[in-house]
Amino acid sequence: MEWFKRVKRGFATQVKKELPNGVWIKCDHCGEILYKKELDRNLNVCTKCDYHFRINSDGYISLLADKGTFKEFNSNIKSIDKLKFKDSKKYSDRLKDAMHKTGLSEAVRTGTCTTNKIPVVLTVMDFRFIGGSMGSVVGEKIARAADKSLETRVPLIIVSASGGARMQEAALSLMQMAKTSARLGMLEDAKVPYISILTHPTTGGVTASFSMLGDVILAEPGALIGFAGPRVIKQTIGQDLPDGFQRSEFLLEHGFVDAIIHRKDMKERIRQILTFFPIEDTATGK
Amino acid sequence: MATNYVLEFEKPIAEIEKKIAELREYSISEDIEIQNEVERLEAKAQKLRQETYSKLTRWQRVQLARHPERPYTLDYISRMIDDFVELHGDRSFRDDPAIVSGIGKLDKMPVAIIGHQKGRDTKEKLRRNFAMPNPEGYRKALRVMNLAAHYGRPIICLLDTPGAYPGIGAEERGQAEAIARNLREMSHLPVPIIIVVIGEGASGGALGIGVGDRILMMENTWYSVISPEGCAAILYRDAANAPQAAEAMRVTPNDLLEMGVIDKIIEEPPGAAHNDYDQAAAIIKKAIKEEIESLQDIPPKILIKNRIEKFGKMGFWSE
Ligand SMILES: [Zn+2]
Repeated sequence: MEWFKRVKRGFATQVKKELPNGVWIKCDHCGEILYKKELDRNLNVCTKCDYHFRINSDGYISLLADKGTFKEFNSNIKSIDKLKFKDSKKYSDRLKDAMHKTGLSEAVRTGTCTTNKIPVVLTVMDFRFIGGSMGSVVGEKIARAADKSLETRVPLIIVSASGGARMQEAALSLMQMAKTSARLGMLEDAKVPYISILTHPTTGGVTASFSMLGDVILAEPGALIGFAGPRVIKQTIGQDLPDGFQRSEFLLEHGFVDAIIHRKDMKERIRQILTFFPIEDTATGK
Repeated sequence: MATNYVLEFEKPIAEIEKKIAELREYSISEDIEIQNEVERLEAKAQKLRQETYSKLTRWQRVQLARHPERPYTLDYISRMIDDFVELHGDRSFRDDPAIVSGIGKLDKMPVAIIGHQKGRDTKEKLRRNFAMPNPEGYRKALRVMNLAAHYGRPIICLLDTPGAYPGIGAEERGQAEAIARNLREMSHLPVPIIIVVIGEGASGGALGIGVGDRILMMENTWYSVISPEGCAAILYRDAANAPQAAEAMRVTPNDLLEMGVIDKIIEEPPGAAHNDYDQAAAIIKKAIKEEIESLQDIPPKILIKNRIEKFGKMGFWSE
């Protein structure tokens, strides 16, 4: 299975939880010991408690794009360390390491594909690349993905997974929030639909820009979604946070996501939603 | 203006000023020698001021931006806007005192003006939540901006916040959604929008009322993706390393001008804005007027297109 093969590569983030022989994995949520192949087959959702394990950009592309239709664009755009930023490590080294570790050029991948035969522009973030943080390149690639949607009048789907704006690019990162939101404003004006999918985690400057601007906003179950990080809030208010705070279910309850969708249902729900919009004939495949 | 609060690097200047004040007290008899001495000391203070403020470190600028006697939004509004009427509330939840918004005249020109508002004394600080807005603050700001756009009036936004408030209620009421919406809506409002960073420009909390056609920064302010303390706590494991983080993030007006994020730096009166509110207000009023005048005749469609392109150009990458 295409899905199975691709997801296998993406297990880097779960490595710590794998038991020594690599065949079994312990569920983060219920503690159940799961057979890895079985977990893969189940889209990396715990077969016992439905806990959604984090999957990477390959996983979401396999999940949402019709097999073999994803054509990536702008993968040649790369970050440069304009500010010569250094903390415990040089930013330029962090970038190199992230590229090496993930085989990706940045924390977001953009491309065209069809989903249930409907042409879309699919944009997928990858948390493994410096926590999915948004610097100049993430902002620029998302802006250009929106442009592509606008030019071709094809719906835009963005799958978010990010700790927020990238500190190592300081004010330049901050401005990507305005850049991406402004381009989505153009889609809004042109009546080109945009579906935002929030996965674990979606926080900070990413939530406070393109992620929260979908015509329809969907979330995976149990994802951490918020503006400020829980630790910062806890520190500020000096008390413990309520159970389930800033999880998908909390956002649904407070009116900030349209629906929580199980990973196995995501593609079909997107079809249902996309067919609501008056998409041009070429786009509906008629 | 005599200030009561003196930053470490301002102390040598403050000492000379104190001496001048003492001498003046004795010189009622118009003693020529004392007068000469006063003049000599004034020249010295002037020179020292120039030297000190021309080579401030990034961290010292951050400190000046937070100076407890620095003029705040309402200090500027009262000095540069006539007929000001504050408009309260987001029409949905409550009024957020951390953001002030209203309408008035810039000379004779009707404008909307919005800004983060810090408090001066403890009670006021608490009421204003240290200028850390909740979602309703951003929603109020957008409501007033939409009002201005509806009637074709320019918008002025004054930025001065340590960040959007990180609280339970803020998350429940959609802090992220409120900021995101403002970013998108401000990007396509059909009237000129002038942004001025007057103090602290922290993160999305500042940017939430910071999308415009012209972005100006006063000389002694900072603007970045996170506060130096926040950055230090995460990347340097200790908030005490804030001065180092301020250097690494390059948070000063000169830095942002170099990065292509802002358009212009507004010079402050000698000894920074807190030394002369009137002059500081006169200077930023002039700068804002010039910018509005340069934008007034641009058709709304072009104005919006230029604004979106302006932010589109920000950032650096290779391809
Ligand atoms: Zn489980």
